[in-house]
Amino acid sequence: MTYSDPILTVQAISKRFMGRGGCVDVGFDLWPGEVLGIVGESGSGKTTLLNCLSGRTTPDEGVVLYRGRDGEMADLHAMSEPRRRLLMRTDWGIVHQNPRDGLRFGVSAGANIGERLMAVGARHYGAIRGTAADWLGRVEIDGLRIDDRPSTFSGGMQQRLQIARNLVNGPRLVFMDEPTGGLDVSVQARLLDLLRRLVREMHLACVIVTHDLGVARLLAHRLMVMKEGRVIESGLTDQVLDDPHHPYTQLLVSSVLPA
Amino acid sequence: MPEGYNFAYLDEQTKRMIRRALLKAVAIPGYQVPFASREMPLPYGWGTGGIQVTASVIGPGDILKVIDQGSDDTTNAVSIRRFFSKTAGVATTERTIDATIIQTRHRIPEHPLHEGQILVYQVPIPEPLRWMEPRETETRKMHALADYGVMHVKLYEDIARFGCIATSYNYPVLVHHRYVMAPSPIPKFDNPKMDRMPALQLFGAGREKRIYAVPPYTSVKSLDFEDYPFEIQRWDQPCALCGAADTYLDEVITDDVGTRLYVCSDSDACQERQKGAA
Repeated sequence: MTYSDPILTVQAISKRFMGRGGCVDVGFDLWPGEVLGIVGESGSGKTTLLNCLSGRTTPDEGVVLYRGRDGEMADLHAMSEPRRRLLMRTDWGIVHQNPRDGLRFGVSAGANIGERLMAVGARHYGAIRGTAADWLGRVEIDGLRIDDRPSTFSGGMQQRLQIARNLVNGPRLVFMDEPTGGLDVSVQARLLDLLRRLVREMHLACVIVTHDLGVARLLAHRLMVMKEGRVIESGLTDQVLDDPHHPYTQLLVSSVLPA
Repeated sequence: MPEGYNFAYLDEQTKRMIRRALLKAVAIPGYQVPFASREMPLPYGWGTGGIQVTASVIGPGDILKVIDQGSDDTTNAVSIRRFFSKTAGVATTERTIDATIIQTRHRIPEHPLHEGQILVYQVPIPEPLRWMEPRETETRKMHALADYGVMHVKLYEDIARFGCIATSYNYPVLVHHRYVMAPSPIPKFDNPKMDRMPALQLFGAGREKRIYAVPPYTSVKSLDFEDYPFEIQRWDQPCALCGAADTYLDEVITDDVGTRLYVCSDSDACQERQKGAA
């Protein structure tokens, strides 16, 4: 595999609900180490698209091709379910907007981080716990909280725990749905710093759905703007945000309140 | 035998249906087979699953033993034994070695079972993944794909909180290197007895409408961690009545000031031993 090969190729994805909503004819390539932002207002099909990409929803049309560690391209929606599940827990991560969707609230932080390790066969308690403690440190959570349940964590900590849980076994591709949604500004800033650092260190490919243009500018290398299920503009982040061409993008950019 | 009942209470069509489920269960060790559980003349949770399985496999020549928490003389055991002696007219026994069918709740007899015997378990919750995954559609998929990582999350959580695997009953097992199975609420003390047992083990969950089985001489392995291996319970003292040091003991409080007595939970094994000593 060379640097010029995309890790994810999306071709003409469509998913409609009773002929309405969803996303229509979306296609793009994503390269290793690249962060792609998807912006647009609520109801523009961002989350539907993300669900199609991450295998949680089957699109009506189009294909999602993923390049595995062996360099082979595989059709995500055509592969067998066991293989897709294995991919999900070895190569991919999904960070949900609501930590309740992405964490197990009934078990401790350590168990949350260790789950992926145990799912792929780790059976040494001490080793699992050591890795979990290490990852708590990397997402800036006090190691003493390892046996506490996520319900005792603040919103920002829950979000960071979710990130640790997803990155623990070195995935190559991470999907994030509004990772900073519902957090206050200073906590957002810390989380964004953390994400930027981890993406760089781990050379992650990343698809981030957000409606926050500030988040998009900080994290994303490239941007896709969606409206009514279609991609209306795409390009380098600075280009799209500083020189928007489509009237809707211009409206979106100009409606950001100056701080 | 009283008039008006079919042999062993259930009608023949129901028995056929249950036997078909049992055959499938034996063919796929540890796999939960759905069956059309019937209303039985006792409440859910008292052994409706076990009693249906027993009724479907019992014949006029069988000798039945029923135990509840290891004991032959508790209410549940006595009434189920009487139920079958009334409706099927079969002989009953309290001796483990004489029985051909043993219906049990919470224990496996201390005396090793032999070929030709059938052990019928009453199961309240057949799904070992239930506490980690509430969706039935998802747990079925997890079984189908042998996707069992969450079982270790539960054990991890035990060690993190208590310093050891504190699950002491209904301890999850891997059957025939394939299906994770709930062994019904037997103490983990009994788990090693299930491994390569010469007798046939049948499990019936009446309320949950599931039947599963472990055929004779099948591998049954308790889940554990490399650095926290599976262990069974141990006691500091032997049984106060028979002196056995290798059996599962019940703690009995004998007065108002907390005096404790440890006695075998398997009443038959305990009495045999006392007779042998006398």
